[in-house]
Amino acid sequence: MARNLAAFLVLLLSISIYEAATIYEPISDSHRTVALELFAPVNGSYASLEDTYEALSIYEILAIEKKPDVSTTACKKVLEILGSSSPPKDVFYALKVNGKLKCKVDEKVLKDIASRLKATVSDASTLLDIYHSIGSLVLIKDQTSNVDVLLADGDGAFQSIKALSQSDGRWRYSSDNPESSTYAAGLALEAFAGVISLASSEIDQSKIDTVKNDILKLFDSIEKYDDGTFYFDEKIVGGHEHQGSLSTTASVVRGLTAFSAITSEKLNLPGDKILGLAKFFLGIGIPGDAKDFFNQIESLAFLENNKIATPLILSVPETVFSLTNQDLLKVKVNTVLGSAAPPLTVKLVRGFKIGAEDSSIFESKELQYDSKRGLHVFSFLSKHVDVGSYMFVFEMVLHGTDDDKVYATGGQIHVPIYVTGIIKVGSAEIAVLDSDLGSVETQKTLDLSGNNVVSLSANHLQKLRLSFQLTMPNDRAFKPHQAFLKLRHETKVEHIFVVGNTGQKFEIILDFLGLVEKFFYLSGRYDMELTVGDAVMENSFLRPLGHVELDLPVAPEKGSRPPAPPVDPYSRYGPKEEIIHFFRAPEKRPPQNLSLVFLTLTLLPLIGFLVGLLRLGVNLKNFPSSPVNALYAALFHVGIAAVLLLYVLFWLKLDLFTTLKALGLLGAFLMFVGHRTLSYLASTSAKLKSA
Amino acid sequence: MAKSTSKDAQDLLRALWSAYSATPTNLKIIDLYVIFAVFTALIQVVYMALVGSFPFNSFLSGVLSCVGTAVLAVCLRIQVNKENKEFKDLAPERAFADFVLCNLVLHLVIMNFLG
Repeated sequence: MARNLAAFLVLLLSISIYEAATIYEPISDSHRTVALELFAPVNGSYASLEDTYEALSIYEILAIEKKPDVSTTACKKVLEILGSSSPPKDVFYALKVNGKLKCKVDEKVLKDIASRLKATVSDASTLLDIYHSIGSLVLIKDQTSNVDVLLADGDGAFQSIKALSQSDGRWRYSSDNPESSTYAAGLALEAFAGVISLASSEIDQSKIDTVKNDILKLFDSIEKYDDGTFYFDEKIVGGHEHQGSLSTTASVVRGLTAFSAITSEKLNLPGDKILGLAKFFLGIGIPGDAKDFFNQIESLAFLENNKIATPLILSVPETVFSLTNQDLLKVKVNTVLGSAAPPLTVKLVRGFKIGAEDSSIFESKELQYDSKRGLHVFSFLSKHVDVGSYMFVFEMVLHGTDDDKVYATGGQIHVPIYVTGIIKVGSAEIAVLDSDLGSVETQKTLDLSGNNVVSLSANHLQKLRLSFQLTMPNDRAFKPHQAFLKLRHETKVEHIFVVGNTGQKFEIILDFLGLVEKFFYLSGRYDMELTVGDAVMENSFLRPLGHVELDLPVAPEKGSRPPAPPVDPYSRYGPKEEIIHFFRAPEKRPPQNLSLVFLTLTLLPLIGFLVGLLRLGVNLKNFPSSPVNALYAALFHVGIAAVLLLYVLFWLKLDLFTTLKALGLLGAFLMFVGHRTLSYLASTSAKLKSA
Repeated sequence: MAKSTSKDAQDLLRALWSAYSATPTNLKIIDLYVIFAVFTALIQVVYMALVGSFPFNSFLSGVLSCVGTAVLAVCLRIQVNKENKEFKDLAPERAFADFVLCNLVLHLVIMNFLG
């Protein structure tokens, strides 16, 4: 049983290793559908000219027919920006949109802009200013031939860009910013290409060679995934404008292709890296963000037409084959944007079963080319192909003599292939055996493809034996991922056993004497369930086998108790029991009249007090007679009354803090007048005594 | 025998009353105030005994207000009484100021507790 599990784990491991061999699909119609949604204009226009340009480029690259018409609003914006003295960045995107839409821009306006941009180039200090100015001049050059855009001091412009380069092939944004950036390197390369095309006299070849050197150094810092994907990433941490790896790679690709297009000599870059960059862009699938989508598609368009190496993508539309259908293996070879590849032959270098790498079942087979459908096909399903997971290794052989230099095929490509089939289940039987003699007590045959169930009974001195056979269509033994027997007691206590195999025969013997402890001495009805499953088995099943009545001995005092039934994990996400709040019922209040009677009763002692005072002949003769002191005495009494009133307010509506604040003020006042009044009274009484 | 007992009691009370009549008026006022406070408290206790102590904090604050002010008045009386040599140096006005201050603090607490 343990060996079986170990083998299963090895199988899983080997599958997960080969999972790394990702197959890339070229750009297809699903991209076009998403593009229509992502680049749909809002109210007939886009938020900015940059967005407009990106949308127009995407429609052009993907050859989408149904493009929305935004030329009126966009051209109005273009003319507005070109007419005023806008910063180079705005001019750059305005000219890019103009290049797509052919707005009617006055040549005099372009002339003014050209002269202004030339001035910017000669005294710009930041890379972005130079990049946008040079880019704009190149766009003007492309759009009209009547404006003089040539740079008189091409070497100077070249030098001012080169001055910002770093020793590792990356660039700085400006001379006072020490951070170097890969994104900026892409911008710089594009600007170099612009300077070379704009220079009135030819740029010195040695300078161009130094830039080529920079490119090679930049490619030394390229990042890599295990499956041959290459990309660039920004290394700055905390930079003011951090770019992701997608936009960084897109920037480098844009610069690289622009530079390689303008220089006469070919750049000495390995085709693998170009193909790896293409794989990076294809590997992100269909981005949901317009900017990412634009970066992906534009970079792929540049890679498709670059002068270094055109990447070819091999894709296998279907990787799951059924032995019952006898389908053909189809392989497609396209460029990254999905157009046809040059004449070539696809070779199946080798094909082997996963888990048995040493023995390959195919070697050096050439696929037939179906020119009608543009597919390379191969009929590989035959008697000696088993059900299982395979790894096929393909290679592209180009027909043209110089094609090797123009195209990048990426050498050997690993593609996982799955062959499924219907597995025959036979000779299934279930039996109860006597333990000591091994003689069969009851035996029943099972039809595992049908629905028949058995009912058995056994005691703890007996054994249960289940056996069946699994065979592939070509009569070889099949070993599934899963073969489990489950016994479930009435009290929901479950026990799962792995069914082991020897060759074709799967067999499990449950010796109840040894399992008594494991079964928690629970006698009674056990439902049996058999699971046989595999990813490549078309008829995987989970079916009840019936039940067995077990008669087990009574549990001893210290016997282990069955575990609590597992809590349904989904109940954690279900609604919780409602919490009902009980409030204390208000106590019964006395009748209102009784309370009112007692209110008047409490007033009686007060009346008694007042009457008593009158009886005693209380007077106010001691009240100060001089006006000032009388005033103070009056204020003292008013103060006490005010504090008491404040207490009533505190009871009725104020909170403690407001009350204490007011009390502090009143208290200070009361202290003052009280002290004046009482000390005056004390002095008069002292005088009387002494007199 | 019984007649003489009641007569004795009458005599005793009369003697007490005449002795009390000599008390200064300001002390009598305080006594009257104490009686007023105690009776108010008693009425509340009777009310509670009749209808139950449901808003118990209200009952407590009502009774304690009366009892507290009565105790404070008793303290005032002790200090003001000229017979008490212990407080000879203390001016009655000062004692009254203490009484007012203590009452104000007491009633702040009472109001807070009243609910």
